[in-house]
Amino acid sequence: MSTLTEAPPPLAPAEPEGKPPRKRGRFTPYWLLLPGMLWLVVFFALPMIYQASTSVQTGSLEDGYNVTWHFATYWDALAEYWPQFLRSVFYAAAATVLCLLLGYPLAYLIAFRAGRWRNLIMILVIAPFFTSFLIRTLAWKTILADNGPVVHALNSLHILDLTDFLGWTAGDRVLATPLAVVCGLTYNFLPFMILPLYTSLERIDGRLHEAAGDLYAKPWTTFRKVTFPLSMPGVVSGTLLTFIPAAGDYVNSELLGSTDTRMIGNVIQTQFLRILDYPTAAALSFILMAAILAMVTIYIRRSGTEDLV
Amino acid sequence: MPFLTWLKRRLVVIAGLITLAYLLLPNVIVTVFSFNKPKGRFNYEWQQFSTDAWQDPCGVADMCGSLSLSLQIAVWATLGATLLGTMIAFALVRYRFRARGAVNSLIFLPMAMPEVVMAASLLTLFLNMGAPLGFWTILIAHIMFCLSFVVTAVKARVMSMDPRLEEAARDLYAGPVQTFLRVTLPIAAPGIAAGALLSFALSFDDFIITNFNAGSTVTFPMFVWGSAQRGTPVQINVIGTAMFLLAVLFVLASMLITNRRNRQKA
Repeated sequence: MSTLTEAPPPLAPAEPEGKPPRKRGRFTPYWLLLPGMLWLVVFFALPMIYQASTSVQTGSLEDGYNVTWHFATYWDALAEYWPQFLRSVFYAAAATVLCLLLGYPLAYLIAFRAGRWRNLIMILVIAPFFTSFLIRTLAWKTILADNGPVVHALNSLHILDLTDFLGWTAGDRVLATPLAVVCGLTYNFLPFMILPLYTSLERIDGRLHEAAGDLYAKPWTTFRKVTFPLSMPGVVSGTLLTFIPAAGDYVNSELLGSTDTRMIGNVIQTQFLRILDYPTAAALSFILMAAILAMVTIYIRRSGTEDLV
Repeated sequence: MPFLTWLKRRLVVIAGLITLAYLLLPNVIVTVFSFNKPKGRFNYEWQQFSTDAWQDPCGVADMCGSLSLSLQIAVWATLGATLLGTMIAFALVRYRFRARGAVNSLIFLPMAMPEVVMAASLLTLFLNMGAPLGFWTILIAHIMFCLSFVVTAVKARVMSMDPRLEEAARDLYAGPVQTFLRVTLPIAAPGIAAGALLSFALSFDDFIITNFNAGSTVTFPMFVWGSAQRGTPVQINVIGTAMFLLAVLFVLASMLITNRRNRQKA
């Protein structure tokens, strides 16, 4: 059994072509699909339609809402909340770049240099997941505390002067500034960058590195011309898995930021759960969805044509 | 400069270890602060060592109740999502049917959607239907977003399966049920287990979708969120630390067992 279960992928296609489908199994796939797809249609697709309809309704909580095709809600929402939209994109982009810069060396280390430590490091990368992410995010309040060692070190190295000048921090504080929020976002979504990177790095044939070396490529050239291009699938899925949740996040901004770091997720959450302005909230959520889908589509197209050929 | 050469050669290792430290630092803080005795309501500053919280982990009102609620929801969501997701995965790999593209995109989209969008739209559905928010709406939402991850995990495993094994079973006069139970299912099991574990972790730790669809029901992440405003009891850190240790022990044990089994087979 053991050798059979670990056999390489089959050479033969799953079902031989041209074989007539067995009569008894004709409806089997539909029965298998039905309950799960029904769930997704009712609780994922249908809500999107409800949300679209809510966004063009007018009315009030007391009198009820009616669909009036009031598209002005979209313009009003954009006019009022474009800074939060822009901020979300900036913060998420910054966190994604930081995740890539931080995550790549670790994924590379696990894939090529860890040796017998590989499994242990892998566990350590996944292990933080097992502690509630809210508790871990709160730990950053301690790490970045105003009189903590991190802020002291940054202050004595005059780094805070620089970040203050750039508008990333304010005065002698790191907490309640954009830097703290981006730091939290980077931390929270880093494993989502590392795991796909590792998967695609691990698939690279080690002999390619040797070949590059034999052809007098310096290590950096080998990385630039061989390793990095081959890891592109991991880079693409890693950046998507980081950027999408980061753009919609409101936890980091709420716990580590201030009113000046509110992201679009915070606005949607307050509109929905506290102000109860459902049309505006639905419109904002719809715009966020459309923006993310558009960005993802363009990104996949571009990276697909450039690097997968 | 021998030191510079040494540094250059190990640059990747050093950078990687720095990232690892960045990843693990909060867990260290959570553990250390589970032994703290804070002065005020918030457990953000170190005061003095104490094992009070460890001796009385359920000493905070409502915390252990929320923990058990989260566990219950995670178990049911895992069962539901694993069953439905495995069925979809088998249909996708094993059968040809119409509307495959639509099915695939309906499975991909929930994973490519910011959580807040799914959360908000699901809430508009529940509000429009007048459904009371609570245990059931949380469970429905959790099964919904875990489903896609199970499908992906199981699909990968079933795709790499050798169909000749099942043909062999059939040639040896095993009926379809017997073939499925004794050949197909055991081979697919690691994929199903991976999907189930992922579902459990995602459901147990979910905050954003729960925040929108829970009404006044309080799961453990909701409790932590609330305590960030009202005051963070040390017991939160105790739970966080215990969960971390349990999970690491679980992973280590399963790795040891697999290693031993592989050695026995070899």
